[in-house]
Amino acid sequence: MPTFLRTHLTALRMLLVMTVILGIAYPLLITGVSQAAFADKANGSIVKSGGQEVGSSLIGQNFNLPKKNPDDPNEEAQPDPKWFQPRFSAGGYDPKASGASNLGPNDEKLTQTVQDRRAAIAAFDGVDPASVPVDAVTASGSGLDPHISVAYAKEQVDRVAKARGVSADTLNQLIGKYTEDRSLGFLGQDGVNIVLLNKALSETK
Amino acid sequence: MSSTLAGWLQALALVGALALCYRPLGDYIAKLLTTAKHLRVERGLYKLVGVDGDADQRWPVYLRSVLAFSALSILFLYGLIRLQTHLLLSLGMPEMAPHQAWNTAVSFTTNTNWQSYSGEAALGHLVQMAGLAVQNFVSAAVGIAIVAALIRGFTRNRTDRVGNFWVDLTRIVLRLLLPLSIVFALVLVANGVIQNFHGFHELSTLAGDTQSIPGGPVASQEVIKELGTNGGGFFNANSAHPFENPTGFTNWLEIFLLLVISFALPRTFGRMVGDNRQGYAIVAVMAIFWVASAALITFFEAQHSGTALQAAGGAMEGKEQRFGVAASSLFAASTTLTSTGAVDSFHDSFSAFGGGLTIFNMMLGEIAPGGTGSGLYGMLILAIVAVFVAGLMVGRTPEYLGKKLGGREMKFASLYILTTPTIVLIGTGVAMALPGERAGMLNSGPHGFSEVLYAFTSAANNNGSAFAGITVNTPWYDTALGLAMAFGRFLPMVFVLALAGSLAQQQPVPASAGTLPTHKPLFVGLLSGVVLIVVGLTYFPALALGPIAEGLH
Repeated sequence: MPTFLRTHLTALRMLLVMTVILGIAYPLLITGVSQAAFADKANGSIVKSGGQEVGSSLIGQNFNLPKKNPDDPNEEAQPDPKWFQPRFSAGGYDPKASGASNLGPNDEKLTQTVQDRRAAIAAFDGVDPASVPVDAVTASGSGLDPHISVAYAKEQVDRVAKARGVSADTLNQLIGKYTEDRSLGFLGQDGVNIVLLNKALSETK
Repeated sequence: MSSTLAGWLQALALVGALALCYRPLGDYIAKLLTTAKHLRVERGLYKLVGVDGDADQRWPVYLRSVLAFSALSILFLYGLIRLQTHLLLSLGMPEMAPHQAWNTAVSFTTNTNWQSYSGEAALGHLVQMAGLAVQNFVSAAVGIAIVAALIRGFTRNRTDRVGNFWVDLTRIVLRLLLPLSIVFALVLVANGVIQNFHGFHELSTLAGDTQSIPGGPVASQEVIKELGTNGGGFFNANSAHPFENPTGFTNWLEIFLLLVISFALPRTFGRMVGDNRQGYAIVAVMAIFWVASAALITFFEAQHSGTALQAAGGAMEGKEQRFGVAASSLFAASTTLTSTGAVDSFHDSFSAFGGGLTIFNMMLGEIAPGGTGSGLYGMLILAIVAVFVAGLMVGRTPEYLGKKLGGREMKFASLYILTTPTIVLIGTGVAMALPGERAGMLNSGPHGFSEVLYAFTSAANNNGSAFAGITVNTPWYDTALGLAMAFGRFLPMVFVLALAGSLAQQQPVPASAGTLPTHKPLFVGLLSGVVLIVVGLTYFPALALGPIAEGLH
């Protein structure tokens, strides 16, 4: 057999062996151990409320009012004052379309969007526009960010309290409960888990 | 704790963890690359594949083995992607067009992991795990194998043999990458990364919408995506996606994993050439660039210049709340200096200078510390150039580690250095000259130019990250960037292996009073200067049109 052909046959056999080990056996092993030891996390940290699955604690959600005309794709969804509002998402919290806006730091459209968001949120929450925190007016990297800053959560307390008829104290306690500190106290950044916070809110009578 | 203090602490913890791994991991890799002993499972594998594990190859044979393996990998992956609609676990994903399948196949085989597709909308689980993840392992191993051959060029004398590619590949996969992946994949799952074979799982949200929660064998792929400096995300949002990177801890761990092998390899080098101080000098240069880049990007992001960032009051566009600015900047510096290209935040929305530095990092040639193996061979080529420059100053034939650097060696080193800039600058130039391709930019002005420059820089240097606003899933970009990745990966390998063969044949010359010591701070400074000058002179005009113009505006 010519050397050229022999080298390629060796390469093909090596590739197939590697595919069986690394592409089949290895992920099956990891899946098996994960499902046995960490089934809840391996399956997406699904949270339930009243026996019903209502989301994943790692994947943010929209908390909008129902559309007036559900068939109109151009109608902009309006935030529901009864819920704590998440960050903006380039993909509308659709996990089939994760990703960021990718607009540049000097982009005119982004600058305008940020200013509009600031004004709208300040009016919605009844606060001074200058005090609206940075995470509230920007879109996240994943478009699925499950966290907001503590400052943004606190800003929304009065509005949610009024809409739901619950006390601000209760809400502040819930925020404290669902604030996740930096990992090990120093890795990353703290934030309030919006899915868990709103779930607890929906279960508060 | 203040954000600033936390930012410093996580960087310091990273330096500490990498320093702790330097000796044991570097020594371990040196041992597996030099020992004559085969494991039983390896012997079985050699028999199955039909290779003689004890026969070393001449450099052209080593090269042919690498190229044959890579060519078949591209074909196999291309076929797997094109046929996925007929295969198991395809989740009903649509067929991928030929130009995009070519781009993806080349991308993963070359350790680039440029993605013109969106994971959750294009690929089923089987292609991800049996196609892409396999290449994540073996392409990383190929890089380490090539640098092993180059180091043997320094350590062996009067021989035409530089090692056996099949043995190197097998050992690096089975003794290094696979065991580490198994351990850290489970750590990732324990912290929330998913690992299952489910499809999309529809549920009703708290506010009454429907949402589709994705499934997939993510952790097993995520870990090698970082460890092998690959970077191709299971999902479109890559390491910003909470299912790939759920917490501040996993984020730190992923940065650690994408740095650890490349930062330990200089120890392997020092060990194999029998002088650990040589390894310390190389790792010092790598560390200088990495620390400087991480500090500068963090500074520019904290400063958040730019009209949109100023209006927002911070550089949080495209960044996740759970990571924040400091951890995102650290990730960005590390991923662009290592040829990984995974992202936990989107570089397109970074400040002009912060984002510009991510481009500059790649332009350095992915050497600080660079991709697994490719980072070290890139740095050793520059070390050879630095020794040569010093030799010119004093007017004697330079030598490095006892090997003379004559005309033949310098030709290979020069060709290596010219390859990537040629691809980047010609590719960017052609794209900018074509109106249809210019239209692919999302942003306008200098920032739009930066998107195109970033794309070709990333492809030719096998990084894989992007200023992701640009639309690249077109026949032209898929084809052109595919070629840039292939030439940017394999041409330098040809020159490195030819150089290895040339060095191995020499009889070593004993060190004399005129020999430049290559383990002293003087050499560290000289090498750092050469890196900066070579890159600066090559790319300054292109950078001036993009990020520098935008930042000074």
